Parts: sequence; C-alpha cells; structure tokens
Amino acid sequence: MPQPSVITPFRRMDGEPVFDDAWQAEVLAMAQVLIDTGVITAADWADGLGASLREVQVDDESDTVQNYYLAALTALERLLVSSGISAQDMDAQKQAWVAAYKATPHGEPVKLKS
Amino acid sequence: MSKPSYDPKNIKKIHAHLHSHLPSDPALRVKALETLLVNKGMVNPSNMDKWVEAYSEDVGPKRGAQVIARAWTDPAFRAQLMSDASAAVDAMGFSGPASGHLQAVENTDSLHNVVVCTLCSCYPFALLGMAPNWYKTAAYRSRVVREPRAVLAEFGVDLPADVAVKVWDSTAELRYIVIPQRPAHTEGLSVDELAKLVTRNAMIGTDRDLKAGA
Repeated sequence: MPQPSVITPFRRMDGEPVFDDAWQAEVLAMAQVLIDTGVITAADWADGLGASLREVQVDDESDTVQNYYLAALTALERLLVSSGISAQDMDAQKQAWVAAYKATPHGEPVKLKS
Repeated sequence: MSKPSYDPKNIKKIHAHLHSHLPSDPALRVKALETLLVNKGMVNPSNMDKWVEAYSEDVGPKRGAQVIARAWTDPAFRAQLMSDASAAVDAMGFSGPASGHLQAVENTDSLHNVVVCTLCSCYPFALLGMAPNWYKTAAYRSRVVREPRAVLAEFGVDLPADVAVKVWDSTAELRYIVIPQRPAHTEGLSVDELAKLVTRNAMIGTDRDLKAGA
C-alpha cells in the first residue's frame, strides 16, 4: 500500500485502541445483550444510535470517539424508557452509586447499600 | 543535590487522588443502567462479560481473514459466500450476532467495493471484531458516500480512474464484507498463510492492494 507523506486523520485513528474506558465496552455489550434477548430490536438500536449521533457529532470538533460512546449511552437510556426504566430510576440509581463510592474507603470494593 | 523527599504540596496531591476515585459521569450512568437491568432480570451479567470479552482482541478480524483466504482457494466456497454469505460463514463455525444477513461483495480489476454505515456504525463484528474508530466518525460516514475516491486516497488507496467504486451502506439487517483480490505470487501459500495477508481494512474496503509479503 502506498504510504502517503501526510498521516491523515483516518490513518491516525486506524491504530488507536477502540475503547478508552471500560464503560464504553459495557454500553455496547449491554445493547447487544438486550438485542439478543429481544428487549430491544437491532433496528431500534441502529435508529436510536443514529439519531443520538446526529445530535452530538455536529462538526469536526465534536466528531470524536468519546462523543460516539456518549451518544450510544444516551441512545440506550432513551430506548430503555420504553422498556419501563424511567429517567428518574436511572438518576436515583446513579446517585446511589455516587453515595456508595463516597462512603467506601479507597482500595475497598464499592458496594451498593441493599 | 537531592531535594528533600517530603513535599507538602505533593502529599496533598496524592491525598486528594486517594479519595477522588469517583468514576466519570458516563461510567456511573452505565453502572446505574446495569444495576437496574440486572435487578429487573433483563440482563444476565455473565452475558455482558461474554460480550465485553468478544469485543476485545479475541475475535479481531482473524475470522474474516480466514473466510477470505478460503474464498481465494476454494471456488465452491466462494460461490456459496457470494450467494449466501450468512450460510457460508455459519458453515465455518463463525456465525454469531451481527453475522446474520451478511452479504459478500468482491473486488475485481475494474471494481472496488467499500463499506459504510451512514446511519450509525453497523458492522459485521462477529467476523471483523470491533469497528475501528474512524468507521464511527461522522466524517467517514458522510464523506465516503460523497467522495469515496478522496476518502480512499486518505487511507493510502490510490484508485486508478478506470476502476469503479461501489459504496455499500450497512444496516442493522444487512452487513457487508469485501472480498479483496488475492495478491499475485501467492500460489504456494496455505489458507492460514493467505489469511495473514488479509487486512481488516481490505475487508471494509479502505485497503485494496494486498501484498504477498505483508
């Protein structure tokens, strides 16, 4: 393959790790499990992700991998509202995790209060 | 001259770090979703783990490369791959989520194929592993349709004017794999050796001329 003298953005991204953070892999894994088990359809997921991407990837600067995964997370949250998980449930659960982290000394496993 | 090892500023910084282990906002949102889904019995955590594992390097593009190498060496398999790619891949034991409704498209001396998902990032990851980062960018998703030759040039593919380009737009229901042309002077190579010459990008279409000594 000819090696262009300029490393274009596409070529630079070619060798990058696909995930910067574990949560990014978890979002895609969660979506896939929900498709496999029929909670959501592959088409709904593609449509939801597409809509969410159009909202965040609006220009060159916002066309980032981090924004791709944030869009995936937002799309999944929105799809799950129709499966009976409300935004309030999600926020309350998030706050429960925040409280659990704050209450746990460093180095110990973080557990939710039952 | 060595500096004193005790630095109050540094100690303060380390101390802050020890207690600042709160995950990022998206990481917390993901944890919250997972907890809710597990509690409602909608997600089995071990299935999640399997997927996270599948998304790692294990799957990679190696399966796809095996499929291509076999198509290069086994005309009956190639015919099956072209007529019913899902069944052909299934027969190799590579079926899996996102390989259903697969279509193979072949490059020739006068045609080059390139794959995109203009809507989001549909991709045959059971065969190719995780989509590369550029595949998910709006830049690739929109530009490869409008100006495929320019995009290919940015990947280092200098397409002669007499080679036509066909862009295939993936959907949740139909995904594509490109069968690149077999490199010259590879007659004596085994299927495994041939598979090593197949790049992931060649199976997406952002690479074209594979080399025998790659």
